[in-house]
Amino acid sequence: MSETPPNIVYLNGVEKSFGAVRALAGVDFAVGIGECVGLVGHNGAGKSTLMHILAGTLTPETGEITVGTESPKNYAVHLAHRLGIRCVFQELSLCPNLTVAENARVLHSAIAGWGWRSKAARLIRAKLDEIFPGHGIGPDAVAGDLPIGKRQMIEVARAFTVTEEPLRLVILDEPTSSLDSHRASQLLAHVRRVVATGAGCVLISHLLGEVLEYSDRIVVMRDGKVVTTDRAASFDREKLVLAMGAAKVGRDELPLVRDSIASNGGTSDEREVVPTGRRGTTPVRVRARPANQTDGVELLAHEGEIVGLAGLSGHGQTALLLEIFRAAERSRFALLTRRNAGVKVTDPVALIAGDRQNDGIFPLWSISENIGVRSLAALRNRLLISYDREKSFAERWQGRIKIRTPDLGNNILSLSGGNQQKALFARALGSEAKILLMDDPMRGVDVATKLEVYELIRAEAAAGRTFLWYTTEMEELNNCDHVYVFRNGRIVADLHRGELSEERVIQSSFEEATQV
Amino acid sequence: MTPAGSASAIRAEVTGISAPRRFLRAILPALSLALVLAGVAWMNPRAMSYFGINLMLNLGIPVALATMAQMFVITVNELDLSIGTFVSFVASVGATWLHDTPWLGTLVLLGAVGVYALLGAIIYLRNVPSIVVTLGMLFVWQGLAILVLPRPGGKAPAWVHDIMNFRTPYVPFPIVAAILIGVLVHLGLMRTSYGAILRGSGGNPLAIGRAGWSLLKTKVVMFGLAGVFGVFAGLALIGLTTSADANIGKGYTLLSIAGVILGGGEFVGGRVSPIGAVIGALTLTLAGTLLNFMRISPDWQVGAEGAILIVVLAARAVINRTGR
Repeated sequence: MSETPPNIVYLNGVEKSFGAVRALAGVDFAVGIGECVGLVGHNGAGKSTLMHILAGTLTPETGEITVGTESPKNYAVHLAHRLGIRCVFQELSLCPNLTVAENARVLHSAIAGWGWRSKAARLIRAKLDEIFPGHGIGPDAVAGDLPIGKRQMIEVARAFTVTEEPLRLVILDEPTSSLDSHRASQLLAHVRRVVATGAGCVLISHLLGEVLEYSDRIVVMRDGKVVTTDRAASFDREKLVLAMGAAKVGRDELPLVRDSIASNGGTSDEREVVPTGRRGTTPVRVRARPANQTDGVELLAHEGEIVGLAGLSGHGQTALLLEIFRAAERSRFALLTRRNAGVKVTDPVALIAGDRQNDGIFPLWSISENIGVRSLAALRNRLLISYDREKSFAERWQGRIKIRTPDLGNNILSLSGGNQQKALFARALGSEAKILLMDDPMRGVDVATKLEVYELIRAEAAAGRTFLWYTTEMEELNNCDHVYVFRNGRIVADLHRGELSEERVIQSSFEEATQV
Repeated sequence: MTPAGSASAIRAEVTGISAPRRFLRAILPALSLALVLAGVAWMNPRAMSYFGINLMLNLGIPVALATMAQMFVITVNELDLSIGTFVSFVASVGATWLHDTPWLGTLVLLGAVGVYALLGAIIYLRNVPSIVVTLGMLFVWQGLAILVLPRPGGKAPAWVHDIMNFRTPYVPFPIVAAILIGVLVHLGLMRTSYGAILRGSGGNPLAIGRAGWSLLKTKVVMFGLAGVFGVFAGLALIGLTTSADANIGKGYTLLSIAGVILGGGEFVGGRVSPIGAVIGALTLTLAGTLLNFMRISPDWQVGAEGAILIVVLAARAVINRTGR
């Protein structure tokens, strides 16, 4: 840190919150000229949020952004573009209905007028030839018709194309997630060539080997803060994993959460004593093998168990939960039972969605209607829904789960986010379902609510229900009897409660360096 | 970022279709037009004259224009339920104010286009479904049309009449006009650099926004264009009928949607084809004639048109499926 090269960008004291969640808590971040910065961190560390702020697609609440010598007031997307900042986002952002050349034009307002199509085609073809020789992608191909690997190649190549605006900084958020190792190394070699010309690069990847090999400097984030930053050469895999997980703050919180549960939930003492021994003594409720799983590993969930699904988000956990949900639906129609041999479910299932607004609540309905909808068969009076039963049903659950509202007849949106989530839990727990699938349901929920719900989950599990709990929060795994870690759509680790530790989960979530 | 996003990305990998299938899909609209045309020729060979084609297809021109209007809206993943009554309104204004006091008529029609552009802005800014907004506008335009022209009548301006009854040498005017409309819109939407942005904003609005383009502008432009082509459709219609009636455009909403879909367009995702849509509009117009020739009672005609639509869409679905 003795001689810092002049910066391309400098973010100073950036803060950003989404509702109750503090995504960034005062981050300083800089990329120097001719520097490739590796950015690593576990789920929710704030990497993506930070990059969105850099790309101008999110506005920070406080903090300032300096690009070169300018610190513009109204920093936004088009300004970032003008200043030469490009971003390849984690989720693909090509227009599937446009051709490859047209997608290249989308990024460049300078490509216009007569002959723009051939101009755009030449530009993207030349860049693809340069980065991925022998790519086999025609500029007139429609993007949506191409396989995902080729689309990622196009998107990456597009970010490096230059017309009027300069290219000063390229942000690559998981740029190799759909590339094979050959294409990935071609890309990363190109990154080094571009960096050698003086441009900057931010590289985010769950392949720690890539980050270690191709970055000059590595920044480690955790809980919305930068915890470590140093030359890449001074890190190795173990040190990175340690830095990502073992921040002091997190350590202190873990026992706290567990203690409060132990003291509140009467049944949890017994579970603490016999954590792994209970496996196999109760009947198996769910048996599921992810579609990508080539070895024989499968997910097992017994009666009365809380099974955690961990790993980086988007690595197949939600897909498997939905697969289990569908399998349960199918088994209700005998003819279609044999559709998926990889998943077996013995009992009715209920799903608690993580994306509350899109997949969870019915925004036009009242709170009691939202709670009762999963149990309509039980709330019927002959053919019609009995409002009295629906009401008493909702009231019973309001009492158990403490939904804070003066009137259950109010619209669901009158509740705070945490209470909306409680209503969704009441919907699932109130149903006849024996198996509950939770798709990271605690996102953006305040701590007090979380503790209440954890307690309820443990009580319900003790009463014989089975929970499959996908969570991106490390502390929540401490509530589980058994944890499966996912990577690239496969189960890569199968941890008993006794073996569970944050390092183990992070270790398994990030791939070995041998991949590159 | 969302799990759903990754799931759809995986699925998209499977749905990519090969080049020959794509070609087959692209010529499907032309194939269905040829089939209907062959049916007409077979039932009534004399209809295939300059005069006969003129007569059969001239009502296809306003339908084609309304279909273009609908297509602009569909390109940005919206739907316009009000285009039919808007055509009625334009026809009513055209046969009265535009004829009697041209400056007033012009002003009103320009204002109507402005209202369309404004609807696009409202739909984007307030994030309301276009179906709700345009369903409301359906009644507004209908009411205004009746206010302007309480009973059938009025007179189309002479220049409108002259344009629509222009006699082109060798090739009947409706065919020339259809080609002109299709090619012009094709160039504008499919070949210009901003056209790519407009279509892209239907395919992946997030990506277009992140590349620094204004999504408000794309919505306003597309709805504004829908208004312009709606005006063209209304005027073309009274150019043929010489007078108007407040219900003259009644069937146009469904015809225009059917035309876009028949022409290879899809309701979401910015996948549209201007030339296909014009062909779709002509096919639907001709289908009515064919059914007349086949002596199918008008009571059954709407159903028969629906059957044609189902057959073509089923063919498309089969092509898509076998292409996997």
